[in-house]
Amino acid sequence: MARIDVKKTYKLYIGGTFPRSESGRSYVVNDAKGNLLANAAQASRKDARDAVIAARKAFGGWSSRTAYNRGQVIYRIAEVLEGRREQFVAELRASEGITAAKANTFVDAAIDRLVWYAGWADKITQVEGTANPVAGPFFNISSPEPTGVVAVVAPAGPLLGLVSVVAPIITTGNTCVVIASEAHPLTAITLGEVMATSDLPGGVVNVLTGSVAEVAPWLASHMDVNAIDLTGVTDVALSTSLEVAAADNLKRVRRAPEAAVDWLATPGLDRMTDWLETKTVWHPIGI
Amino acid sequence: MASAGAFDDITASESSLRRFLHGLPGVDQVGADARAAGLGTRSIKTTAKAFAIDLAIRMVDLTTLEGSDTPGKVSALAAKAVRPDPADASCPQVAAVCVYPDMVAVAKQTLGSSGVKVASVATAFPSGRAAIDIKLADTRDAVEAGADEIDMVIDRGAFLSGRYLQVFEQIVAVREACGEAHLKVIFETGELQTYDNVRRASWLAMLAGGHFIKTSTGKVQPAATLPVTMIMLEAVRDFREQTGQMIGVKPAGGIRTTKDAIKYLVMVNEVAGSDWLDPDWFRFGASTLLNDLLMQRTKMTTGRYSGPDYFTLD
Repeated sequence: MARIDVKKTYKLYIGGTFPRSESGRSYVVNDAKGNLLANAAQASRKDARDAVIAARKAFGGWSSRTAYNRGQVIYRIAEVLEGRREQFVAELRASEGITAAKANTFVDAAIDRLVWYAGWADKITQVEGTANPVAGPFFNISSPEPTGVVAVVAPAGPLLGLVSVVAPIITTGNTCVVIASEAHPLTAITLGEVMATSDLPGGVVNVLTGSVAEVAPWLASHMDVNAIDLTGVTDVALSTSLEVAAADNLKRVRRAPEAAVDWLATPGLDRMTDWLETKTVWHPIGI
Repeated sequence: MASAGAFDDITASESSLRRFLHGLPGVDQVGADARAAGLGTRSIKTTAKAFAIDLAIRMVDLTTLEGSDTPGKVSALAAKAVRPDPADASCPQVAAVCVYPDMVAVAKQTLGSSGVKVASVATAFPSGRAAIDIKLADTRDAVEAGADEIDMVIDRGAFLSGRYLQVFEQIVAVREACGEAHLKVIFETGELQTYDNVRRASWLAMLAGGHFIKTSTGKVQPAATLPVTMIMLEAVRDFREQTGQMIGVKPAGGIRTTKDAIKYLVMVNEVAGSDWLDPDWFRFGASTLLNDLLMQRTKMTTGRYSGPDYFTLD
């Protein structure tokens, strides 16, 4: 007798748990050929609000960990992802209709990206921090500090694109609320499962699936969100209105890229430095 | 309708008082929990929610009862009570500021003629473990310092061991010491063990002349819960039916979110009636609740979510 398929219910990832959308809604996600792949939760503004609360709550603990420890946790995400590579290859092939070779390239690159950022965790301060020469008997030291809660509209690359925007944010000690790619949300939730099982404290990364146009404005105008990454916004009008809304509390904004991004290329430091604030300390010399 | 004097027989002796209190109908615990949970599922939106938020703000007894209270903290809290949201003049002020007796004068000075009352805990709060003379002196002290309301604790030890008349007489004595000030009687329901005891304590306090009955000190877990507050609301409703006299209810401790506060308001309306939807008859003893109410209020007026950075810490 044929065994009955175990169908998976894709939910949201908020505060380390996997709740259904508060609104009770879901939407159909199709594979590359247009056949039903699964239903994904359709997040509402209240899910976004809950996610921001979870991210804010996690910020204190995550940002005050040593950079070295954050690096270890991010490396651990890479380890767990490596252990589940078969699942990710299969999911990428199903949702994007790409070849096994190509899917493997993306999964490899995503794992390598995590390792790359894990290495940066305790080095970014040396590179970005400075000892400033001043005209007085003081040490004057500038060091980078995390910005806070970052809202992210993730790009279409369901795994590599997502990892490439989220990893730098958490590497630098921020926490984030991510709206996953609307067309390919399932991999993002599976990545949430990886994060939930890799020592990453609940709430550091929160993943919402659903309509970007519906949820993103609430995050852009949210007064308790400190920065917003618009990398995945393709609609110019929406992007502009999000930037306008973000200006209310002077959020840091990373604008939508003008040209297509090559996610396979080695990234620069800008995705990390975008979410850092500079703290400068004056300390008297001598005595 | 019976006059207040009709209860004189009941309170004449220990045995008659016990007979009356134990003769009150028992509380169906499962039923009470289910009814309270059911009332908590009502959906209150848009204009009703805006009304509820403003009403809840007007009902807050903004409380600070810490050993570490300083005059600076109390006067900052009092300033917040008068103008909870400095950015919005349409935001109502809270009902009262609740402090320890030695801080009453400080609170009074900051509040001035704003109309916000000063409530003071007294009678060896929160344990109530002191001689009656000390409790009365504590009360007089607070009243002399200018407290408009006194929050007393009952002697739970005496209550639980069945010495109801002793508890009754203490409440009566404290009420006398209060003079013009209103008296709130705290039961510390977290220590009363059963819902039956909550109902008995409610009647005991009402018979003794308390103006308000209050769930908890906030120092013991569990503090205020929906079912306990419901039983107290039923008691004040029944008391008014029998005597025509209205008593207020104040849940305190553990109410932190707007959603919780609205659940309580729904229950007040459904159990006691809309007459109690007024700061004179229903209060929230809370500190963190106010910020959440203000954040929700800001969300409703500006259309965007607010954050804790925009409100004072207290």
